[in-house]
Amino acid sequence: MEAAVLTDRFPRTQVLPSQDMPTYQVAGEDLLETVRFLRDAQGFDLLADLCGLDWKDRTPRFGVVIHLLSTTHKEYVRLHVGAVNDAVPSVSSLHPGANWHEREAFDMFGIRFDGHPDPRRILMWDAYPYHPLRKDFPLAGIEVPLPAADVAEVTGQSVKPAPMMGGPFVSPGGKMSEGEPSALDQSWNEEKPKA
Amino acid sequence: MGGCPNLRQTTMVKSDFGYNSKVEGEVIVTRADAVVNWVRSNSVWPMPMGLACCAIELMGAGGSRFDISRFGMEVMRFSPRQADCMIVAGTVTYKMAEVVRRIYDQMAEPKWVVAMGACASTGGMYRSYATLQGVDNIVPVDIYISGCPPRPEALLDGMMLLQEKIRQEGGSLKRTFRGRTVETKIVR
Repeated sequence: MEAAVLTDRFPRTQVLPSQDMPTYQVAGEDLLETVRFLRDAQGFDLLADLCGLDWKDRTPRFGVVIHLLSTTHKEYVRLHVGAVNDAVPSVSSLHPGANWHEREAFDMFGIRFDGHPDPRRILMWDAYPYHPLRKDFPLAGIEVPLPAADVAEVTGQSVKPAPMMGGPFVSPGGKMSEGEPSALDQSWNEEKPKA
Repeated sequence: MGGCPNLRQTTMVKSDFGYNSKVEGEVIVTRADAVVNWVRSNSVWPMPMGLACCAIELMGAGGSRFDISRFGMEVMRFSPRQADCMIVAGTVTYKMAEVVRRIYDQMAEPKWVVAMGACASTGGMYRSYATLQGVDNIVPVDIYISGCPPRPEALLDGMMLLQEKIRQEGGSLKRTFRGRTVETKIVR
């Protein structure tokens, strides 16, 4: 598909630089018509992926990326959509497969999808107050009550920040060794028992 | 019959030297605790709380190669009402923790818990907002098994340790759980 096919029909659409597939910046108001046009007139009949973006310092901060695949022409197209007031039109009326992807993007980033048939969280529990994949959310988490009040009462536990120091993925900082990983104590091994 | 031994003859020969309960007089003198512990330890009915890849190794332990039934633990029950040992095999998320605790509460006394693998024991490599850092935060754990995931041999070793623990329980008719005493009544 030539880029002009899309930009002529939707003047607000811009071509974005991309290394792998044609990529377009689509205005939120044009999203549904664009996806419908691509599906019905251009053969992009499969929604391969839909995910959220958090640009942190940009405006708009949140966005959505949609990958569409044409199973007849064997080509992909990627659509970027910026969120207006943290909201994006839902495409699950056109591609039912977008339903859970949009729920995940809502759960993880707090992006609302206008017109979604079932806008609930999908991974975290319903009462969870945060959106964990936002850039300002710490990986360790923030203390909140356990999902079940009766379990919290019996066990006296809550959702606590996970311990990060000394964890397997926490680097101590500074220069990293370039040698092969090996045990500190080399005085014993399989052949030579420990003294 | 050719080279095959005569099965009937072999059986007859063996029975001459076999165990005869009549000789013992059908009477065994022991302590009630020892009998109860012996019965419990030799028929552990596990409930597979399979949550991640550890459950695959748990299935391997149940299969013919590793054969958990050699130790009297093969009766996997998928209903907590019928089980007395919960094997927590896998990553426990906070969302699932509620379910794990509820199922533990549904199991009848006496009951034991095995934390299988790094995730169930400590949260493992999942240091994140979503993962419970050790199932012992919500249920009392008897045995921790290391590994990611543990080999079936490690699971068998852990389960045999659990049997050892059950056999050594003092006052097995009266167990103590976190300050709460649970009494098992013998119906005559």
